[in-house]
Amino acid sequence: MADRERDDHSGVETTGHEWDGIKELDNPLPRWWLWVFYGCIAVAIGYWVIMPAWPGLTGYTRGTLAQSDRSDLTKELTALQTVRGAGAVKLKTASLEQIEKDPDLQAYALQVGQSVFGDNCATCHGAGGAGGKGYPNLRDDVWLWGGTLTDIQHTLTVGVRSGHPGARGETVMPAFGRDQLITADQVADLTEYVVALSRRKADRAAVARATQTFADQCSSCHGPLGLGDRAKGAPNLTDAEWLFGSDRESIRSQIWNGRNGVMPTWEARFSPEIIKALAVYVHVNSGGEGAPAATTAPALAPAPAGAAPATAPTPEKVAQLTAPSRPAGR
Amino acid sequence: MWKGHEKFERHSLILVLGIILMVSVGGLVEISPLFYLESTIEKVDGVRPYTPLEQAGRDIYVREGCYLCHSQMIRPLRDEVERYGHYSLAAESMYDHPFQWGSKRTGPDLARVGGKYSDSWHHDHLRDPRSVVPESNMPPFKFLAETDLDYRTIEARLATLKRVGVPYTKEQIANAAKDLETQVDPFAGEKSGLKKRYGKANQRDFDGNPAKISELDALVAYLQVLGTMVDFRSYKAEDPENLR
Repeated sequence: MADRERDDHSGVETTGHEWDGIKELDNPLPRWWLWVFYGCIAVAIGYWVIMPAWPGLTGYTRGTLAQSDRSDLTKELTALQTVRGAGAVKLKTASLEQIEKDPDLQAYALQVGQSVFGDNCATCHGAGGAGGKGYPNLRDDVWLWGGTLTDIQHTLTVGVRSGHPGARGETVMPAFGRDQLITADQVADLTEYVVALSRRKADRAAVARATQTFADQCSSCHGPLGLGDRAKGAPNLTDAEWLFGSDRESIRSQIWNGRNGVMPTWEARFSPEIIKALAVYVHVNSGGEGAPAATTAPALAPAPAGAAPATAPTPEKVAQLTAPSRPAGR
Repeated sequence: MWKGHEKFERHSLILVLGIILMVSVGGLVEISPLFYLESTIEKVDGVRPYTPLEQAGRDIYVREGCYLCHSQMIRPLRDEVERYGHYSLAAESMYDHPFQWGSKRTGPDLARVGGKYSDSWHHDHLRDPRSVVPESNMPPFKFLAETDLDYRTIEARLATLKRVGVPYTKEQIANAAKDLETQVDPFAGEKSGLKKRYGKANQRDFDGNPAKISELDALVAYLQVLGTMVDFRSYKAEDPENLR
């Protein structure tokens, strides 16, 4: 290819290709492009040296930086612990009561609790903790499994009918109607009986008929007076709080089908200190049992509906308790 | 300047051979190590093939396109690990064909959703997502509870998966329908064939309706096992061989 035709006008060699008198010039690549290209090759070689790159027969080259996303993550999580600082350490060592009494520590625990609650608990119990049908309201003073700090901590740890070996809820409510333990008529009478228990108008004849059935079938868990039993998680039937609905159809359906609430165990997902913070969060917000009033107004983020820590019953708190629906948004 | 490339440019056959050679070398170097390197084919204790019921649930998950809004891949990033739990391991999706890592999160990641909520929550949520999460924009899947699960072909489905590398045994395939029925029976007990053949498995009436085996049973069984197979109390994430 030594003597190729040279284009008269530009002085550049042609490739020898010609289409209808139009010839292709053989211009060299632009210098800048060529140098970028060589530069990329040099960078690639540098990358091979410092980063994990080449596979071999038994492993791969780790590179001089020994970069690893997984160990970077460990470092970041450790750094996070440092940022969270003293509060996190204190959560580990302090008792639940100490956390709640110490204003700073309580504020810290409430912050942690709020964020963990939003990600994990709000899905069932609602963003403000007001619950819903089948999911207990955490902002009232009615507790199925106990409302002291340790009760709440224990429920969080083992869950309810969660499959955890120590889970709460060994006893379950049978499906009296579905499994034909009692007749449909008896279920209807019992429904009236339960309505009467909560001091509402009910069919007296039906209540009279159901008295013996209640004593035989229900009183072992709900108690002879229907006051419930926390050891078994059996709700109090005489108050105004209803887990599966208060109207006759809901009560009948619950006697018929015997829905039993399930709460997951959080032991494997959360560290003990997170569970502590959550227990304090739930306890303070509900005005839980044996609770000292919150000592400060903790510095919470602008409170979404119902998420501000409750101290004494405030108008909002009362509204919360009486509101039938959950607050919207988080 | 070197003009050797002109040979390739002027003869299409030589060019084609050159391309084949180049792609083959690239492929061998980049792809084949993935089939033999320990770190890419790790086995982790606890990971087992899905039970027939879970597999049927997975098929519904794929059929309904859940992967379009939900990923199943917790990346080793601080904020993801803080929110969803331990990052996903390759081994955890080794029996997924195809895997459901996904690339879009309109909804949350589901890689560790197993055991996070109760069955009845899944029931309520799939029937009407807004009944439990007011701000949710997920469509309702009410029909799942009403539709009988069609598992007439479950043996063939397991056999197909076996052909692509899921180690189902002959016994597991032969008993697939029976195992599926056993898993929704809360009274089947610890000694049932299911536990013998698969080890740890949730065994209960997932949809709260003992009268029928619905598509909801299968889907909830699948969701409840996601991310629960590996015991992270014994998995040594800090071991040098597990760091990458």
